[in-house]
Amino acid sequence: MSVINLIQIALRALQRNKLRAFLTMLGIIIGVAAVIAMVAIGEGSKKSIQDQISSMGSNMITIRPNSNVSGGARLDATSVQSLTEDDIKALQKNMQYINAVSPAVSTRGQVINGAFNWSTSMQGVSPDYLTIRDWGVEDGISFSNSDVSAAAKVCLLGQTVVDNLFPNGESPIGKIIRFKTIPMKVIGVLKKKGENAFGQDQDDVILTPYTTVQKRILASIYFQNIYASAIDENSTDAATEEVSEVLRKTHKIRQGEDDDFAVRTQAELINTFSSTSQLLTVLLAAIAGISLVVGGIGIMNIMYVSVTERTREIGLRMSIGARGIDILLQFLIEAILISITGGLIGITLGITATKVVTAFLSWPTLVTQSSILISFMVCVVTGVFFGYYPAQKASRLDPIEALRYE
Amino acid sequence: MSEKILEIKNLKREFKMGSEIVRALKGVSFDIYAGEFVTIMGSSGSGKTTMLNVLGCLDKPTDGEYLLDGNNIKKLNKNELARLRNRKIGFVFQAYNLLPRTSALENVELPLLYNSDISAKQRREKAMWALEAVKLAERLHHTPSQLSGGQQQRVAIARALVNEPVMLLADEATGNLDSRTSYEIMALMQDLNVNQGKTIVFVTHEPDIASFSSRTVMLKDGKLIKDSRNESLRSAREVLDALPVSDDY
Repeated sequence: MSVINLIQIALRALQRNKLRAFLTMLGIIIGVAAVIAMVAIGEGSKKSIQDQISSMGSNMITIRPNSNVSGGARLDATSVQSLTEDDIKALQKNMQYINAVSPAVSTRGQVINGAFNWSTSMQGVSPDYLTIRDWGVEDGISFSNSDVSAAAKVCLLGQTVVDNLFPNGESPIGKIIRFKTIPMKVIGVLKKKGENAFGQDQDDVILTPYTTVQKRILASIYFQNIYASAIDENSTDAATEEVSEVLRKTHKIRQGEDDDFAVRTQAELINTFSSTSQLLTVLLAAIAGISLVVGGIGIMNIMYVSVTERTREIGLRMSIGARGIDILLQFLIEAILISITGGLIGITLGITATKVVTAFLSWPTLVTQSSILISFMVCVVTGVFFGYYPAQKASRLDPIEALRYE
Repeated sequence: MSEKILEIKNLKREFKMGSEIVRALKGVSFDIYAGEFVTIMGSSGSGKTTMLNVLGCLDKPTDGEYLLDGNNIKKLNKNELARLRNRKIGFVFQAYNLLPRTSALENVELPLLYNSDISAKQRREKAMWALEAVKLAERLHHTPSQLSGGQQQRVAIARALVNEPVMLLADEATGNLDSRTSYEIMALMQDLNVNQGKTIVFVTHEPDIASFSSRTVMLKDGKLIKDSRNESLRSAREVLDALPVSDDY
């Protein structure tokens, strides 16, 4: 008996009970649609977190002073001052996997433009900072290395600062503003960057040469952070190694001693956040998976009823020459057809539901190929698994008794 | 003498019912030749149902020989028996056993679906031919619920004919029908037997029906008590014509 014949037979049997076949399918449809939609929502939030983190500069490496021991007491990381100009020079001299380095010193304060004032943070950085952060200047120009060496009183404004200091829409370029008591010339406006993954406004910032902050405001020779960027995403690990090695040398840290700095990459950050949302995806998928199993049990239930109800038909088929395997395959294919059809409808419904969620709730969603593939496979397996026992029961019937069954 | 279709030698069939052994057939022997129309008669408990099951290759004898068209049933496994039923036997049941909500044509095609040597086109042609043979060519696409009892049984006979079996095996095929329709079915059977040379084995308990066959095998308590040629063979067609025109409707 050919498979085509078997599929024909199964299709005819399903046609005879369209409503029941559909209701049985419903369990699978809902299960698959739930899997697709839930995973899409989970994956979507994961993706949006990843995007946000990489918007901070995807190859960015952050170097911070580490908490350190001083006289037996462990000190707060921010109070430790270990990063200096020497580190920058050493990194610039040895860089192989990094293409840009920028120190960062920051301070908070009131910034004033005539009648308007605004409390913001000032970041003292080098011109490379914009490269590292993958950031651009929208209007005006950036400061140069000569501005750095001169500790020039020039600055770049973030969009939020512009909005608050120049609410009337005039161009800030060339204007003199005051940060605390120091007058500074605005030479550029930064592109809008939006919120970062933690919900902080990245545009609420003033960038200025680091020397300006160090010499004119903080009177310090230390940096709070050093930012670097790896030449590409794949070499972040090598770049991390390189940075550690160089800094251990310049800080004269002996073998076996703890670093007095910490090197972190965006990839680590992405992993941390991804693993949280990965957990979310797994939980959602598990809930959806349970509904798929329930759907499978529905199929099994109906197939058992169907076998009992069609005992005479089975007897007849056997008497006209159906072998046990033919009967087994007939019922198995019926179950698989139900689950596959249900699966396909479920996939369509799931994708539609995902689109609806995105359109009306504007949640980030991402339908992955793997979720479609996996849920479809699970459908087939469900059909085979839950269809097999009823089918086997049918195939083992005695034709004599089946024919006389009332 | 024509070909031997069926050869039964000292056939025994025993069932275990708890601790007791029920002996349904206690050694029956007879042969059936091609072109014969044999009725197997007997009252309840005579063993005729058991006989039918064995003849139909649904059951195997406990002891004795049964050769169907040269195949020894005892040596065959379940799948080979199924194949034999598919190729050599055409069943006609008392309760028709048609698939509900399925057209007459598809019902008749059913046995050929289990024969992979036959293409879909051949299947359709053979089914049409079989339905024509039972004079139902106009009702190909009617479902059983749209057919009368007699018509349903004729569809069932077409289904039994479609695989061109060596033997039609009918189990109380007129049991659910009124006498007029029963005669119509018997007339059809006689027509198939005489004009198309079909071998027919008809299990019944009605002597009236047996009188249309050429030979009667009588069973009682699991033994063959009479195996006789029917001297006064009646023609179902004539009986039917002699019936007063029905005023039932």
